[in-house]
Amino acid sequence: MKRVIWHVGALALLAVVLYPIVWVAAATFKPSEAIVGSLRLLPTEPTFANYERVFEGVVGIGVGRFFWNSAVLAVLSVVGTVASSALAAYAFARLRFRGRTVLFSVMIGTLLLPFHVLIIPQYVVFQNLDLVDTYVPLLAGKFLASEAFFVFLIVQFIRQLPRELDESAKIDGANHWSVFWHVILPLCRPALITTAIFTFIWSWNDFFGPLIYLSTPDKYPLPLALQLFIDESTGSDFGALMAMSMLALVPVILFFLFFQRFLVEGVSTSGLKG
Amino acid sequence: MSRATIAPERESREVAAGQAGPAKRTRLPGDGLAGYLFLSPWIIGIVLLTLGPMVTSLYLSFTDYDLFNSPNWVGLENYQRMFTDARWLRSVQVTALYVLLAVPIKLAAALGVAILLNGKRAGQGFYRAAFYGPSLIGGSVGVAIVWKMMFSDDSVVDQLLLRVGVDTGGWAGNPDFSLMMLVLLATWQLGAPMVIFLAGLKQVPRELYEAAEVDGAGRARRFWSITLPMISPVLFFNLLLETINAFQVFTSAYVVGGPNGQPAGSTLFYTIYLFDRGFGDYRMGYASAMAWMLLLGVGLVTVFLFRTARGWVFYSGDSGDRK
Repeated sequence: MKRVIWHVGALALLAVVLYPIVWVAAATFKPSEAIVGSLRLLPTEPTFANYERVFEGVVGIGVGRFFWNSAVLAVLSVVGTVASSALAAYAFARLRFRGRTVLFSVMIGTLLLPFHVLIIPQYVVFQNLDLVDTYVPLLAGKFLASEAFFVFLIVQFIRQLPRELDESAKIDGANHWSVFWHVILPLCRPALITTAIFTFIWSWNDFFGPLIYLSTPDKYPLPLALQLFIDESTGSDFGALMAMSMLALVPVILFFLFFQRFLVEGVSTSGLKG
Repeated sequence: MSRATIAPERESREVAAGQAGPAKRTRLPGDGLAGYLFLSPWIIGIVLLTLGPMVTSLYLSFTDYDLFNSPNWVGLENYQRMFTDARWLRSVQVTALYVLLAVPIKLAAALGVAILLNGKRAGQGFYRAAFYGPSLIGGSVGVAIVWKMMFSDDSVVDQLLLRVGVDTGGWAGNPDFSLMMLVLLATWQLGAPMVIFLAGLKQVPRELYEAAEVDGAGRARRFWSITLPMISPVLFFNLLLETINAFQVFTSAYVVGGPNGQPAGSTLFYTIYLFDRGFGDYRMGYASAMAWMLLLGVGLVTVFLFRTARGWVFYSGDSGDRK
């Protein structure tokens, strides 16, 4: 009996938490005028008109273009972040070199540094290099391991792998690169997957970076396109706006459904922000 | 799972241990060069994208710089001007209020859900994942748009409140409620602190509860005297992380309130004003000074939290060894 009450309580709470998502999903199939002002959750006459309008695009650019841009940015971000963070993590976790402790503290320190201190000079630098309105400013940091969370996450993971593994490989004549590539990397796959998924989702949802660096609409990723859409439609076409918001969320939701185990464990290991 | 949540001081202990203990055992010729090679992307990044910009930003904060003409040294003028700038003061007020509301509410909610989900029950993994879900999408533009829509005049939340006789005129358009709407959006994303709380709750030895129960301690008593002190390191870690994050809200506030913090400046967050000064008016010097004041603010709050933590964060002697 107690168990039943618990489940009823937990499910009721969950219903409240998931309500907004269900609400949007349902709203995308309603005509715009039935979205605001109606408490009814499910559409009375389901329509695909909202999605049709979304596929017509914004400012003459098809929605596929924005998806493509987001995907390019996200995939390159994942490749860059995983590669550069794993390299740095291996150095911090396994190699002994002068200044390691100091550098490690610097790395941890950057976790706490508000990025606002950096954006203006970074912008000035990229502007002087004539790289504003390209993807370079959005990706440079990813290839240079600047997301300290991930370096830290992988360091923590490598530290719990038995050292005997790399030592015996070294005795067999392996150099650092082959230890890293053949021993460490395969073993820290869970940490790398967590890093990859979070990087993908953060990049997919990132609004601030594209907002300051991109100015040509056909380079916009989805979050900027959504903002453009609000401005274009002066907020009256709720249906299409909802449909586009929903489409933008779909990849993230799919990633979540497939990888939720890694995500949830990654958070409890490192305190990553969702 | 033997991987536990990393509390800050455990980290520093590991750093210290890594330096002293096994270092000698594994020292190999050639480690030095290899170390720097493996670290080279990170080193380039830290120099070009972090340390260099920090120095530049500090310099720019003492200049007036509009991005097109070369910077002019103005000394402390930017910093002095802030204190007479009504919008800056407003942004400090909005941000402080937001931090004070969002952090405790979100942490309380996260702890509540974590306690609810703690313990072995069917479907635990499902619930954990489902409550975590909103955290992943919560920071996106799509969700902020939806949120604004749900809370606007005559929409879902407004209609529900009207039924119980409360007329807010829609939270999104009402300066008295717009900030609260963003607090709720933050609370909705309680997944990350919840998962960390859950990891902490799992570490509390069951015998303590059993002993307390034998002594006749009630539910509330056990919570205050056992749960809270035992999870205080995790609570502190969450508090620190959430506070630092709350200072830096941007996307949701920008989507809801635009660059001017509509309605009526009620969502003029510090970061929004900083963005507007820097990238709206191209007053890069002023914006840099604002960024350093933010760093100072966050730094002071962090130090303050660490100070007070001595009084309420408990580390039981053996907690590090428990599996």
